[in-house]
Amino acid sequence: MGEIRMPSLGADMESGRLAEWLVAPGDRIARGDVIAVVETQKGAIEIEAFEGGTVGRLEVAEGQTVPVGAPILSLEEPAAAAAAAAPPPSGAPAPTPEPAPAPAPERVSQPTAAPPAPEGVPQPAVPSPAPAAVEAAPPSRAAERVRASPAARRLAQRFGMDLAALTGSGPEDAVVSADVRRAREAERQAPTPERRAPEAGRARGLDLAEMRKAIAAAMARSKREIPHFYVATQVDLKAAADWLAETNAARPPDERMLMGALFLKATAKALLEHSVFNGTFEDGSARPGDGVHIGTAVAIRGGGLIAPAIHDCDRLSLDALMARMRDLVARVRGGGLRSSELTDPTVTVSSLGDRGVETLFGIIYPPQVALIGFGRVTETVLAVEGAPVVRPAVSISLAADHRVADGHRGGLFLRTLASLLQEPQSL
Amino acid sequence: MSGMRETTYRECLREAIREALQRDPRVFLMGEDVGHYGGCYAVSKGLLAEFGEERIRDTPLSEAGFTGAGIGAAIAGMRPIVEIMTVNFSFLALDQIVNNAATLLHMSGGAFNVPLVIRMATGAGRQLAAQHSHSMEGWYAHIPGLKVLTPATLEDARGMLWTALEDPDPVLIFEHVLLYNRSGTLSPEAGPVEIVKAAVRREGSDVTLLAYGGSLFKALDAAEELAMAAISAEVVDLRVLRPLDTATIAASVAKTRRAVVVDEGWRSGGISAEISTRLMEEVFWELDAPIERVCGVEVPVPYPAHLEQASLPQVPEIVAAAKRTLGR
Repeated sequence: MGEIRMPSLGADMESGRLAEWLVAPGDRIARGDVIAVVETQKGAIEIEAFEGGTVGRLEVAEGQTVPVGAPILSLEEPAAAAAAAAPPPSGAPAPTPEPAPAPAPERVSQPTAAPPAPEGVPQPAVPSPAPAAVEAAPPSRAAERVRASPAARRLAQRFGMDLAALTGSGPEDAVVSADVRRAREAERQAPTPERRAPEAGRARGLDLAEMRKAIAAAMARSKREIPHFYVATQVDLKAAADWLAETNAARPPDERMLMGALFLKATAKALLEHSVFNGTFEDGSARPGDGVHIGTAVAIRGGGLIAPAIHDCDRLSLDALMARMRDLVARVRGGGLRSSELTDPTVTVSSLGDRGVETLFGIIYPPQVALIGFGRVTETVLAVEGAPVVRPAVSISLAADHRVADGHRGGLFLRTLASLLQEPQSL
Repeated sequence: MSGMRETTYRECLREAIREALQRDPRVFLMGEDVGHYGGCYAVSKGLLAEFGEERIRDTPLSEAGFTGAGIGAAIAGMRPIVEIMTVNFSFLALDQIVNNAATLLHMSGGAFNVPLVIRMATGAGRQLAAQHSHSMEGWYAHIPGLKVLTPATLEDARGMLWTALEDPDPVLIFEHVLLYNRSGTLSPEAGPVEIVKAAVRREGSDVTLLAYGGSLFKALDAAEELAMAAISAEVVDLRVLRPLDTATIAASVAKTRRAVVVDEGWRSGGISAEISTRLMEEVFWELDAPIERVCGVEVPVPYPAHLEQASLPQVPEIVAAAKRTLGR
């Protein structure tokens, strides 16, 4: 029997108010599904399940405030029928008195189940717990392969859209690029999608006064505990700017890539090489990050600031990264951040270039150990091969925790980052 | 448009040969029945009287012999135009074309170019049966060292020859038999044209029809029919089968996201397969539908008219294929 507890959504969070349940008893959930909305000092956050199963009881009523760590939901069934699928205890020969449940009868009991997979596409065996099958559990979407054209797939990835939610108009009802564009257009016409507003009177917006308090606490702790050191360097961006111009030439304005995506990707790749800056420092010991999850500082109109994570930045294509950045900014401003995005950044990137800042010296967000700052991209006189030339350039800074690294390694990190930006086509 | 004049594909070819003979004393025409008979498709009619037997040379029925002679003359500094009656007969000269013309520059370490032009008729539709009707230009497009041209329009019939003669290496020109009588208007300024690029003959946004030679006009007719069904088809004339202008083809398909390749040649191992594969390599992520092909039926081209027509790509099939790419 599992249970899900009120998560800590930041070093300073003590309690959360459960604003809205998005699941009900009997629902089957998988790890990562959004199950509830919790209001914190940082605004309304969508909470994701840490493990899968069938929802048993909701331990907390909507509107109730509970401390971090308090159980909020109990699970009836540990993730799927793991027991059924597990091998018998070693030594004992597998008796298997009954044949493994064939998929056919299951389908009969689920008249609304997914359409049969196309011929030749083996369906992954989705183990389903015996009792749940009788109750016609909703089919797992992962089991279906969406028929979509290559163009539709790439476009959906660029926009960060889910192909399975679209209706296809192409050959054999495949989703084609026009369908994706149409859906994207519809999404823009209606900026707040099917998300229900919480019944409670409080709006889903951000409480800026509360957020300010949270930032104050975190930053004071950072400066109190973390011995910061700073290094900075100026980087020639001619290659990056040229590549961007070429890449964007053929794209409509809403699909253009911004320099910020190159910065993020280059940072992620540099962090792979200099992993000491990617992780946390807690209770006297450093822990490497379990991936490169870059907290991306997003300013909120009115004075707030939040840095939710873009997960696995090193593995995302530039287009996918750009889509995530757009999506993140939209969700910071419109609500809908996920709990994991707030809890697991392994490093922070802050860019104040559009505020006209040339160089920024950041304060590390604890328990992280580094913050990379990007200033404004300016036309700068640089010495190239012995002659002064005007080039677009940016000042990149690193604020890092001296307990885990030193200026020497900081310098090497910036050097790697700078050289990655010289080959934007390989990012 | 003042000055435009009525002419035919055949006359355009003849003018191109005449111009080449006048401009360059190294140029001469040789082949079976090109002189006294005037060419089996009457392309060279009148040229013997005008230029004499030195430059309009009738040859014995010996494709390997006179093609080889052309190669030798080209190496020795002449600019021969060899006419082979039909592509099926060119197989008698395959050794000369593939083993000699295409390779000598390479085999001689760059010492000998072979500035030879070979013209031949290709394609079906005139009830000449299987041994005179095949479309084998795709085969020649397989061979490094050759350039393969397929003029479809009057401008290209008029303009490709001179550029081909200027080329230092062997060039094959394929003239579709159904085009000789095709008439239209041509500017009096019409002259040499480039022989490297494909051409967009009709702009469209929904699907690209890729065709060449005799099939080009079927594709254009299909585009017209598709327009009535509110489908905007772009028609690309390949013009050059080797080297293929992949950039133009890919750009068009990247725009429309759908492609139908039309080829009178057979599907298996044909130029349509090559084009389809290149599209996969270049623009896979731009595609919204599987690439369609409309090709010749895989039989020797039949003699009876109704069977011959049934074996060739026709407008309704092209229209249907284009609609399939749109899920209609």
